[in-house]
Amino acid sequence: MAASTSASAAHRGLPRRMAVNAVMTVVLGLVTVGVVALLLWILAYVARQGLKYLGPMFLTQTPPGDPSQAGGGFANGIVGSVVIVGIATALSVPIGIAAAVHMVEYRGRLARACGFLTDVLIGLPSIVTGAFVYALWVAHFGFSGLAGAVALGLIMLPLIIRATAEVLRLVPVELREASLALGVSRARTIMAIVLPTARSGITTGVMLAVARAMGETAPLLLTALGNDLFLEANPARRMSTLSLQIFSNAITGFATAQARAWAGTLTLIVIVLVLSVGARLVGRRGIVRSAR
Amino acid sequence: MSHVPPTPDAAAARIDVVNLTARYHGRPAVADVDLAIEPRQVTALIGPSGCGKSTLLRCMNGLHLTVPGASVTGQVLLDDADIYAKDSNPVEIRHRVGMVFQRPTPFPTMSVRDNVLAGLQLGRRLGRGAPHDEIAERALTKAGLWHEVKDRLKAPGASLSGGQQQRLCIARALAVEPEVLLMDEPCAHLDPISTLTIEDLIREIKETYTVVIVTHNMQQAARVADTTAFLTMSAVGDPGRLVEVGPTERIFSSPRRQTTEDYISGKIG
Amino acid sequence: MNPLPGSPTPWRRVRARRGGTDTVFRYAVRSAAAMVIVVLVATAVFLVQQAWPALHQYGILSYLGSDRWAPSEATATGRHPNPYGIAQFVYGTAVTSLIAMVLAVPVAVAVSLYLTEIAPGWLRRPLSGLVDLLAAIPSVVYGFWGIFALIPAVRPAGVWLSRTLGTAPVIGPLFAGPFFGVSYLVAGLVLAIMILPIITAICREVFATVPTADKESALALGATRWEMVRMAVLPRSRSGITGAAVLGLGRAVGETIAVTMVIGNNVLSITTSILGPGSTMSSVIANEFTESTEPFHLQSLMVVGAWLLVIALVVNTVGKLIVRRTGEDIA
Repeated sequence: MAASTSASAAHRGLPRRMAVNAVMTVVLGLVTVGVVALLLWILAYVARQGLKYLGPMFLTQTPPGDPSQAGGGFANGIVGSVVIVGIATALSVPIGIAAAVHMVEYRGRLARACGFLTDVLIGLPSIVTGAFVYALWVAHFGFSGLAGAVALGLIMLPLIIRATAEVLRLVPVELREASLALGVSRARTIMAIVLPTARSGITTGVMLAVARAMGETAPLLLTALGNDLFLEANPARRMSTLSLQIFSNAITGFATAQARAWAGTLTLIVIVLVLSVGARLVGRRGIVRSAR
Repeated sequence: MSHVPPTPDAAAARIDVVNLTARYHGRPAVADVDLAIEPRQVTALIGPSGCGKSTLLRCMNGLHLTVPGASVTGQVLLDDADIYAKDSNPVEIRHRVGMVFQRPTPFPTMSVRDNVLAGLQLGRRLGRGAPHDEIAERALTKAGLWHEVKDRLKAPGASLSGGQQQRLCIARALAVEPEVLLMDEPCAHLDPISTLTIEDLIREIKETYTVVIVTHNMQQAARVADTTAFLTMSAVGDPGRLVEVGPTERIFSSPRRQTTEDYISGKIG
Repeated sequence: MNPLPGSPTPWRRVRARRGGTDTVFRYAVRSAAAMVIVVLVATAVFLVQQAWPALHQYGILSYLGSDRWAPSEATATGRHPNPYGIAQFVYGTAVTSLIAMVLAVPVAVAVSLYLTEIAPGWLRRPLSGLVDLLAAIPSVVYGFWGIFALIPAVRPAGVWLSRTLGTAPVIGPLFAGPFFGVSYLVAGLVLAIMILPIITAICREVFATVPTADKESALALGATRWEMVRMAVLPRSRSGITGAAVLGLGRAVGETIAVTMVIGNNVLSITTSILGPGSTMSSVIANEFTESTEPFHLQSLMVVGAWLLVIALVVNTVGKLIVRRTGEDIA
């Protein structure tokens, strides 16, 4: 400890201490640079492989019946992802926001339990959620896009709850009181004052949850199953998604299928990154910040 | 004191606080208060910080009970009806007893105009054909803000200056036509000029409303209040109690209790 | 001083007489919150219910007692040894998660120290954003990239490990060759990259809670920046870092698709060497679920799922409690 060393001793050790400091600064900096380089490596690799095949045909056609053939695309997967994630979002956003409202605005024992269990749910392996939805739904009604949507909705739910609760806590309590003091009911205060004030933060949370759902694969294997042959827009039947098609084409061993999978990967990465970066931009312009 | 009958365009109410104790998580913040608030007067609550004057104020419209863990015993009579009685509707009470807070709280998602109308619109108290613009203009005029903002009604409420924001909040509270206006240190975050503007305004609105103001500024109490009530607590953490209440002039010139004199002369607080 | 018994608090009375819409709204948001509990309980109940026939047939313990997974040997009736041993999957999950932790935790601590304490102010935000982006990349992408980019890149290192350490005494079996690429090691590497941003994010929060006064007083004693980190930041953050590591572990335990793509999916027995192919609990579910045709096959996969649920719940709860307690200690 510097405090216990005498001043002269500290001075004598100074060059050495400065050297240690410099070395550690460089080491920590290099590790960080290394991690960023890793990210760039992954992105660059995906971009290089994906651009070889990505094009209008890829985005508008379905894969050939024989995976070893060249050509075709993942139109069915893209449509499937949009439909399934769309339904999952429609299911999870209202419930998630409502649960967060209960946690922050009403408190109590249920709210505390909900807060803790939300964190537990976030840590639940997505394959387990997939197995749950299989047992709950698929075992009775068969594989379907809807079952996939339920699974993804369950994965999104705790993410949305946590993000929303965090923003709601940032809304100044004075705004709620000012509204209550005007003779506005609690429900109207939440709907008309608190939630609009938190809107951009909630949007950020939802976008990040959507990004996460877009990339999920494992739970869909157990629920939506996939459908590599034709475009299916009816969520009551088994459906493909972009992520499922990447998975199934990547592990075929055919270079043609892998080329499609790389193009799909690039598409998926672009979607996910646009959502993630967009979410941060939305959050940065939050009205909650200005209200504080 | 002569009782002035209410005029048709405004019905200032009286408030009687009876044996009131307000608690947070079972701990009393202010205890055993009996206090009569006369209509068309400004009553100031003064006292050192932590004496429960804000809590007492928040009991007068039931806002105290919106805080988790808060409870109340005793009565607050609004024109002789206990606001904590079984059949009283807390939303209705808060509609009748308006409040302005320390920090200006314009709703950040709303324009100046929508802020003024917020209480009426969110409380669904405006019919379809209601003259929204007139109502907004009237409330802003009462708050002395109309001429400053009439050209920027569509601008966000948060774009106004601090003093203007606070007057916007007063306009918003007046727009719902309450019978009582509670003010919790309304000038605490304002510059001296804005403070004087608000004080002028308080003297004006007491013609039609009952006003209760919490302030830590004794000069302010002396300037605006007709009646002043002094609260204090015996030690930090003990509940605040009402020490003395009376005409402002008398409280400041010849207080009956030693603690009041000590506070007014700056020995405590 | 609680209100007298028998005299309900006015708050209760007031709430009971809320307006109609207020009450409806309250019940609506309350039931949404209850959903979270329902989902968690239902997950456990439904998994066990699906697994029940197999558990009934073979008994719970016979699963953990064997490392041989041979669905083709299952028969529909009669008593015979459990062909669905899952010890090798538990081993696989443990080994890959351990490798991931060993690699990711030091890197995450280094990165978050750099980002919170050392990097120049203007660099902190963009660098943090980039590191966070690692968490946005989907699992399936990591797996695909792992097969085609990472495996070729680590092949020389793997071969070298098997040649040098593979013949060493005691630890030799852990590094025995041959190294084909798909292996526990590569799965652990991919997992390390995937949990890195999670651990980094929590560590950054933990370091940010160290009071500025502590750091400044260290600096005022004449400490260099690194000494300040060692004197003021790290000691206060020890349990926070532990919690972050455990939460990262929780994520690694459940990760599925990326692992399935690079681990080799050997289900027959425990592969001791980290350079050999294996399976994890999650990867065997993903791999065999839709092709499970043998008697009790699907049900046995559900047994694996139920065990995975238990492990993930325990790990995450422990991690969360550690992080939460740290937060309270500091606050």
